[in-house]
Amino acid sequence: MVTEHEVTHIAELADVGINTGELGAFTHQFNAILEYFDILDQVRGEQAVTRDLCNVLREDVVEPSLSQEDVLRNAAHTEDGFIKAPRVM
Amino acid sequence: MDDRYNAFLTTTCKNVTHGKGKLSGIAVAVKDNISTRGIETTCASKILKGYVPPYDAHVVELLKREGAAIVGKTNMDEFGMGTTTENSAFGPTLNPCDTGRVPGGSSGGSAAAVAAGMVRMAIGTDTGGSIRCPAAFCGIVGLKPTYGRVSRFGLIAYANSLEQIGPMGRSVTDVSTLMDVIAGYDRYDSTSVNKPYNHTPQPEIQGLKIGIPREYFGPGVDPNVARVVNTAIGRIEELGATTVPCSIPSMEYALAAYYVTCTCEASSNLARFDGVRYGPATDTNKSWHAAYQEVRRAGFGTEVRRRIMLGTFALSSGYYGKYYAKAQIARENVKRDFARIFSEVDVIAGPTMPTIAFKLGEKSDPLSMYLSDILTVPVNLAGIPAISVPCGKVEGMPVGLQIMGRPFDDERVIDVAYAYEQVVT
Repeated sequence: MVTEHEVTHIAELADVGINTGELGAFTHQFNAILEYFDILDQVRGEQAVTRDLCNVLREDVVEPSLSQEDVLRNAAHTEDGFIKAPRVM
Repeated sequence: MDDRYNAFLTTTCKNVTHGKGKLSGIAVAVKDNISTRGIETTCASKILKGYVPPYDAHVVELLKREGAAIVGKTNMDEFGMGTTTENSAFGPTLNPCDTGRVPGGSSGGSAAAVAAGMVRMAIGTDTGGSIRCPAAFCGIVGLKPTYGRVSRFGLIAYANSLEQIGPMGRSVTDVSTLMDVIAGYDRYDSTSVNKPYNHTPQPEIQGLKIGIPREYFGPGVDPNVARVVNTAIGRIEELGATTVPCSIPSMEYALAAYYVTCTCEASSNLARFDGVRYGPATDTNKSWHAAYQEVRRAGFGTEVRRRIMLGTFALSSGYYGKYYAKAQIARENVKRDFARIFSEVDVIAGPTMPTIAFKLGEKSDPLSMYLSDILTVPVNLAGIPAISVPCGKVEGMPVGLQIMGRPFDDERVIDVAYAYEQVVT
């Protein structure tokens, strides 16, 4: 069982926010879903062994890509070719 | 274009071009979570309203190369999260068979556009049934290819270990033609497999063995739907196939494993939506978390926020072992069950959905909505191919027959659907 306080905390961790008006219903639905997930406690078996896929990561090689104009086109705030973001510090 | 069903979010009819090739002049609709250069792509979310991708998804490049006329972007459940297209931020799509009912989801717009005859073919995506469900509810054909056969480059990710782009159309032949165009290796998708699809549907299924899992005809399935699907399987038997009863015990845990896995992946994949590089502007005078939360609370719908939070919780310290790790074991058990059954049968058949299309607004509780995915999610967990083909009606609404196949046996799945389609049309 998670409490409304814990749901608020999860919403902060995920940075999705939760409105006070929806907190009660949200917590109730959240708990119903988690209760359904409890069925996984009964699962027995082994972890998967990856067989067919291989790691395709490689050393970086510079190739033609998007133009700076294309990259900045959808950003709401830009300055001198940079994308502006909220304060991190 | 008269879009009385709200199938489209963006139409490009005035500027549509087409060329030569396998799809020359054919009107194709593309689901709005697939990137189209120069055409707004929103995933039916406010957080991407106004976003215009600077590049085409690999499948869109392939469509253009074969001369398709891309006429618009279709409505969907926000970020693919839903079974009815009611979770769109821009209003639900209506089912052309009954406008008081949902078209299914999350590729409801694509299915409705095909069913209503607005386009001949459409592209959808399937993470837990999102091509097959709307195909079944709207009475059209939809294929979820084997994981890895169709490039996901340019598909805006929701759950990247589960989702696949796939073809939808009014006939198996059209779906096969579209699969021919979009399948194949792409170096920009690290999970892409080199298995091109060059197949013309063949109706010869003499000697075919069809597994019938009892879990697909159990208490959760509407008896009228089960009856219609059984009749359809009987028609396939008349063509020379034999049915073999079987069981998928791991199905009991499949839905929970699916919803844990997809919400965990979503919580990571949707972290990129911060209003900084794309989306509604953040207030850059605010601190990072305050600005980030504000944009996301306003931009994401309720179901999206719910799934992000479920995934965040399931991955958090202390709960990871209970939920995510167990879900991966359950997932492996589903794969092994299918492999075991496929050592004795060639394909598996059952209903696509446990009921006919719900009425709009009928499923207001999220858990009861999740439970309707019970027959489709095992396929995504295992990565195998599956098709839904119309097989009759209940209360005037279409019912879908689901054919599932071995990994990379999409061709056989198409053939079985084609063989059935030929005897009933």
